[in-house]
Amino acid sequence: MSTSTEKLEREEKLEGIGCSRKRKEDPRFIQGKGNYVDDVKLPGTLFADIVRSPYAHARIKSINKDKALAVPGVHAVLTAADLKPLNLHWMPTLAGDVQAVLADEKVHFQYQEVAVVIADNRYIAADAVDLVEVEYEALPVLVDPHKAMDADAPILREDIKEKADDGKGAHKHPNHIFTWEVGDDEATTQAFNAADVVVTEKMYYPRVHPSPLETCGCVASFDKVKSHLTLYITSQAPHIVRTVVSLLSGIPESKVRVISPDIGGGFGNKVGVYPGYVTAIVASIVLGRPVKWIEDRMEHLSTTAWARDYHMTGALAADKEGRIKALRVNVLADHGAFNSHAQPTKWPAGLFSICTGSYDIPVAHAKVEGVYTNKAPGGVAYRCSFRVTEAVYVIERMMDILAQKLGIDKAEIRRRNFVKPEQFPYHTALGWELDSGDYPKALQKVLEAVDYDGLRREQQEKRARGELMGIGLVTFTEIVGAGPSKACDILGVGMFESAEIRVHPTGSVVARMGTLSTGQGHQTTYAQIIATELGLPSEDIQIEEGDTDTAPYGLGTYGSRSTPVGGAATAMAARKIRDKAARIAAHLLEVSADDLDWEVDRFKVKGVPGQEKTMKEVAWAAYNNVPDGMEMGLEATNYYDPPNFTYPFGAYLCVIDIDKCTGEAKVRRFYALDDCGTRINPMIIEGQIHGGLTEGFAVAMGQQMPFDEQGNLLGNTFMDYFIPTFVETPFWETDYTVTPSPHHPLGAKGVAESPHVGSIPCFTSAIVDAFSHLGVTHMDMPHNAYRVWRKIHELGLDKHE
Amino acid sequence: MIPSEFEYHAPHSVAEAITLLTQYPEEARLLAGGHSLLPMMKLRFAEPAHLIDINGIKELKGISEQGNVIRIGAMTTESELIDSALLNEKCPLIPAVARLIADPQVRNRGTIGGDIVHGDPGNDHPAVMLALDARFILQGPEGERTVPANGFFLGTYSVGMAADEILTAILVPVFASSTGYGFNKLKRKTGDFATAASSVVVQLQGESCADIRIALTNAGPCAFRAEAAEDLLKGQVITDALIEQAAQKVMAACEPDEDLRGDAEYKTHMSAEMARRSIRDALTKAKG
Repeated sequence: MSTSTEKLEREEKLEGIGCSRKRKEDPRFIQGKGNYVDDVKLPGTLFADIVRSPYAHARIKSINKDKALAVPGVHAVLTAADLKPLNLHWMPTLAGDVQAVLADEKVHFQYQEVAVVIADNRYIAADAVDLVEVEYEALPVLVDPHKAMDADAPILREDIKEKADDGKGAHKHPNHIFTWEVGDDEATTQAFNAADVVVTEKMYYPRVHPSPLETCGCVASFDKVKSHLTLYITSQAPHIVRTVVSLLSGIPESKVRVISPDIGGGFGNKVGVYPGYVTAIVASIVLGRPVKWIEDRMEHLSTTAWARDYHMTGALAADKEGRIKALRVNVLADHGAFNSHAQPTKWPAGLFSICTGSYDIPVAHAKVEGVYTNKAPGGVAYRCSFRVTEAVYVIERMMDILAQKLGIDKAEIRRRNFVKPEQFPYHTALGWELDSGDYPKALQKVLEAVDYDGLRREQQEKRARGELMGIGLVTFTEIVGAGPSKACDILGVGMFESAEIRVHPTGSVVARMGTLSTGQGHQTTYAQIIATELGLPSEDIQIEEGDTDTAPYGLGTYGSRSTPVGGAATAMAARKIRDKAARIAAHLLEVSADDLDWEVDRFKVKGVPGQEKTMKEVAWAAYNNVPDGMEMGLEATNYYDPPNFTYPFGAYLCVIDIDKCTGEAKVRRFYALDDCGTRINPMIIEGQIHGGLTEGFAVAMGQQMPFDEQGNLLGNTFMDYFIPTFVETPFWETDYTVTPSPHHPLGAKGVAESPHVGSIPCFTSAIVDAFSHLGVTHMDMPHNAYRVWRKIHELGLDKHE
Repeated sequence: MIPSEFEYHAPHSVAEAITLLTQYPEEARLLAGGHSLLPMMKLRFAEPAHLIDINGIKELKGISEQGNVIRIGAMTTESELIDSALLNEKCPLIPAVARLIADPQVRNRGTIGGDIVHGDPGNDHPAVMLALDARFILQGPEGERTVPANGFFLGTYSVGMAADEILTAILVPVFASSTGYGFNKLKRKTGDFATAASSVVVQLQGESCADIRIALTNAGPCAFRAEAAEDLLKGQVITDALIEQAAQKVMAACEPDEDLRGDAEYKTHMSAEMARRSIRDALTKAKG
């Protein structure tokens, strides 16, 4: 017994996988000692500010810079005409389109970048922005994507209208970007024709903005003597930025250093390259001085990447018992003025085809059409894997609607259709291989925890009294960890991840990864992985990311890829080290490596108590006493190309009470059970889940980017754009099951996005449930008081006696 | 989000501030808490050439009891209103309202005077002043005058004072016995202006309503009293049926603008609902 206690103690000291170790990042953040882009202060820095279009669609007749240039302290005013000789007036997007860096002849959305002023300080720059005179000729505006392909629709992209088919399917209209189809159309039609029951629903997933606390910005510093560019930037993917900058500027990639310092949240918003970055780089190269560009909040909300904006039609075919026979989804996607959709190259609708969800659906077909409109470009994965939030929303809504149509409880309809535990690995009708899951267990655990039957009884009683109470339920499956390089690349670079680990003679460790923490706590969790794999205390393990001069190449952090891909690379690199360490230990103990057992933090000779070498001892030996023919040192690098995605899942339940007089919906209870496979740091997981649920709550209950008919953005400040504070945020209850991923070295699946993806349809499910006895099948988000009251009023439920 | 250039003045007395206002007619703005003015300046909607910061003027601060009246210095912050034992005891409506204004950071800077004279229909204090039948002390180059809150609010960003006058203090009556108040505000989130809000003060005589004032926030170009609703209730024993009739009168008086908080119909209904709730709350409190 004493041996196992002693072993447990040693294990606990490592603070490895499974330990709720405190975040290493927090001391600097809570003391205000983080180092963000705007904290980077280089001597001689100039400041950039941007002249933006007041129109959503207009021709630029003329730009007069004279008055701005006359302001003392103004160094330059750049327009598209200035960038044209450098061929930098347009830039490529992740989706294979081009985006204007500065408006070239036309503006395509309100607040589009038209000119950039470079001045001694931001105050002079702001004054000069006001003095740049731009003459516009207003053009008809296209706001409604449903009208984008009308014969008389204004043509937005004159720059590419003559372009032939770009490989994404024939263009039906100059405003048509792509049509993407997946699944068996014919078999789906047949299944629908033969089905007992068919349900169809139209739903709009509004345009929302990820809104990280820190807006975007950069400091570009070009050294004319060395022809070397250093770029400090708010990027979730610094290595890709380096490649893009090198390709665009012609500066060799070895002379471009990109540093992502501390990032104040990304949520998908900081994956792409924005015009402000490009203009700052150009200005620094031209002027030979550091140039800083930092957006304000309105610029951020108005022009940087938003998410969603999917007009979806879902349909399910089923038998009388509610067993699904087929799924069909059609989507009209509003991509804005340039297709800056964040996606792996081959996936114009991201991983939307996960829309079969957690269910055993024999046939399915999904079709997504993307169009241009006079709105800011974007379409990023806001705290989700590419387009997974939309996919989960449509299938979960349709499950509720099918249940309602058949008079079957919404928990029961899910039970009847789940992919069963014994069916894994399960091949979905739209081409994915779900790695592992136990959906019925997760659902059952939630239903019991909340006393689901009791809640339904309470709801019955309340309905009898005329009160509105709704119960929402979701059993979602996500697809994260992009991804296998044969399927996924960004601008031609496979979506692997990397880790480089060095063990020092004294047993401390420095490890560098290609990912970038934007709040996920990588410094803490990666150290825990290494601690467990190498038997060295996580306290002695330093994690570094974000400097492309030192970190190995990686694709960055988004789509919950860090643990599934970066975490796997870390484990694999550590295992290479452990293999070498075993050989060194065998040499020290004068046995064969096969005679050794690994136990927590040491190698033990099998069957000979006391004959052992700790990893710390081995580390010392690695620098002075290695077997003949072995290189000294103890380090390894791994580039991990995942064999599959991972598929985290969960079961969420939400109880909402609605005030009939005001339309206010109060979340009384929210129970979230997540299964992310192996749990590395339960406390960080819980924090991630709280954050994701809160962002999900924000999206479902209040966020939207509304436009008027002229394409004016109506809500681009935090007065209107809903960011919940702790006052609005509900109390979250969390729970978990553990179903490890069979193909991941640690069995981990990724978690940060599940609560966002899973909670949003759960809030809608609860809101609609409050009205379902009155025949309501769906209500579009956001479920703010005004919109909910509209439904109450329409149903005549707010009559005062 | 960078304001145009301006000259900053920080006078130490009201007289000094008035001199500055006289010196720069049309070009000067007073800076109180700054939560309305500074955002407007950052957006360059307001571009005063001279900004007169009156935060350093001590005589504009403080809360004191003067007979049956409480005098509140115009530069008293929302936080100070909340923390005032005197107000909590003798005019509890004001701290109750201040508690629901924005967030702690704003309440530490925002002032009751700034809130009143800005003339924004979404500000909370104007309706409260109407419900309390407050009076305002204005000081200008010609001296001091006292005006009633009733009639002071003329329209959006328009109040009954001259450009060279300063609101120095607010006078509110101490609550008499059998007096109750209600304040209800519907807002989208912390920090937002009211979608609709209603302040009510009622005085009972026995069972019946001796006097009632029902004031509304953000239901028209400026804060106003729903006088038809008040008239309906005065002298009556207020029943649910009467409250409902009063709510209908409130709705008839509303003319809110549509914005992202809702359309005119919604805001009108919400104004009535806030009034219903405030009347009920006020009655409960008046009955003690």
